Amino acid sequence: MKEGYQLLYKRPKTLLDKRMHYCPGCFHATVHKLFMEVIEEMDIQEKTVGVCPVGCSVFAYDYMDVDMQEAAHGRAAAVATAIKRMLPDRFVFSYQGDGDLAAIGTAETIHACNRGEPFTFIFINNGIYGMTGGQMAPTTLEGQKTSTSPYGRNIKKVGSPLKMCELVSQLPGVAYAERVSCNSPANARKTKKALRRAMEIQSQGIGTSFIEVVSNCPSGWKCTPVQSLDWIKEKALPYFPLGVFKEPSK
Amino acid sequence: MPEIKFMKGNEALAEAAIRAGMNGYFGYPITPQSEVIEYLASEEPRHNYVLLQAESEVASINMVYGAAGAGARAMTTTSSPGFSLMQEGMSYIACAELPCVVVNVVRGGPGLGTIQPSQGDYFQAVKGGGHGDYRLITLAPNSVQEMVDFTVLAFDLADKYLTPVLILSDGAIGQMMEKVILPDPVKPSTNKPWATTGKKANRERNIITSLYIQSEDMEAKNLRLQKKYQNIEQSEVLLEEYKMSDAEVVLVAYGVTSRICKKVVDLARAERLKFGLLRPKTLWPFPKAHIDQLAEKTVTKQFFSIEMSSGQMIEDVRLVVNGRKPVNFWGRNGGIIPTPEEILAALKAQL
Repeated sequence: MKEGYQLLYKRPKTLLDKRMHYCPGCFHATVHKLFMEVIEEMDIQEKTVGVCPVGCSVFAYDYMDVDMQEAAHGRAAAVATAIKRMLPDRFVFSYQGDGDLAAIGTAETIHACNRGEPFTFIFINNGIYGMTGGQMAPTTLEGQKTSTSPYGRNIKKVGSPLKMCELVSQLPGVAYAERVSCNSPANARKTKKALRRAMEIQSQGIGTSFIEVVSNCPSGWKCTPVQSLDWIKEKALPYFPLGVFKEPSK
Repeated sequence: MPEIKFMKGNEALAEAAIRAGMNGYFGYPITPQSEVIEYLASEEPRHNYVLLQAESEVASINMVYGAAGAGARAMTTTSSPGFSLMQEGMSYIACAELPCVVVNVVRGGPGLGTIQPSQGDYFQAVKGGGHGDYRLITLAPNSVQEMVDFTVLAFDLADKYLTPVLILSDGAIGQMMEKVILPDPVKPSTNKPWATTGKKANRERNIITSLYIQSEDMEAKNLRLQKKYQNIEQSEVLLEEYKMSDAEVVLVAYGVTSRICKKVVDLARAERLKFGLLRPKTLWPFPKAHIDQLAEKTVTKQFFSIEMSSGQMIEDVRLVVNGRKPVNFWGRNGGIIPTPEEILAALKAQL
């Protein structure tokens, strides 16, 4: 470092020095970095095994410098269940989008949570299918336009957006469920705190930890990154309120 | 000392898996193979394996993927409709090159079908089943003893080739009781440097994936897989012959049907009809070279494929014989097990 300069900000060594394929402004990059900071700060890189989904974060293993398995669409919770059962002293996480976790993989999600599988779900909820080009997700908001709901989501026809944090927090197996976002620096810091807490709960072996990140998709939402932050604040968060939905019982 | 017991096929398979060092079982109950998970559940306190009743066969096979990727000797067992649900997972496991054992104790189909024994899943086992170009080593036991022997073999082949191995049994072999010699327990190698067990400082991260988004990479992957499959075809064919040295009429049968066909051969021979039996023990790799030689022999007059299906293996017999000799089919299906007398009468009419 140059003399007279002070290092204030750096890439965690657990995050590989690669150009990401994510669109500009997408929270995936933010969450990847925050989560890899947690892995570095907890010094658990050697004990962490991740599962990535089908969707935009299918390539998460290109960036996270930890052992990872790529799961079939919707099956990350089943894959993570088996890894954690075979290697109970490792830190296991699944990193999934809304289509993966809350549509095609709902059964695996609910049953892993109900069994109290002691791994961490990182659920990126951006209300749209990003990688396939902007189709309706189980969490698309009422009236929100997507390529398969071109006149806006009609809840009489396709049901209401699924509130996964509220849903899984009803299950006794879930120790900790929190919904966070990265739409402001303060919220990003809270996201990191929640991710760390989820991993700490793993080492206690007291149940499933579930972190839902209300995320964005400037490309799929057809707006600028800045406009996507406004959408989160004005539209998404009133329906998907942030906060802790389940705390480990004292 | 080998242990001799009187056991049901499904339970013998479960016991063999324990002795083969299986340390992860994930399954969903379905008739006629639920005894496997029931046996493993009752034995669980005396052993050190992970056992989990999953929420579906879809979950089971993906748990097998996760466990195998984490370095386990993993297994699941199911029956026909359940195996259909597993096909996506089979394709992923084959492409990710993970070793595991999958057992299909076949029942009659299509659809919900019947819980009675059948051989209607032959195509699904040896022609793919899931998407993409992959092959499954497919072992077809015809006795309770082979439920044991093939389970041990299946784990070893899976580890040797880093590939899923299928045991294609049927409701009759799974449900019947016979004397069985159980092998001594083994401690399989845990040396799996590719497994996702946590990235140590001295190595790169391990990634288990079946994603190759660049066409060139995907083609290269396919070529590597095909090379592996060619090696398996050259090295791992298993078959049994019965009274074949002077056989004019060659019955080709596997699984429970091959047991019945032995009796057919004996009955025919009592009538001075020179029948013999060729039994593929591996359905893939199929005993192509052997059948090719038989088709060349002057003494060979005719082939029959005898199956408890509407005629599936016959396509592979015909491909090899390639018109040199007649290849005929006889079978029952719907879960009906034919009698030797019934088969002999039907074949005599087709001679």
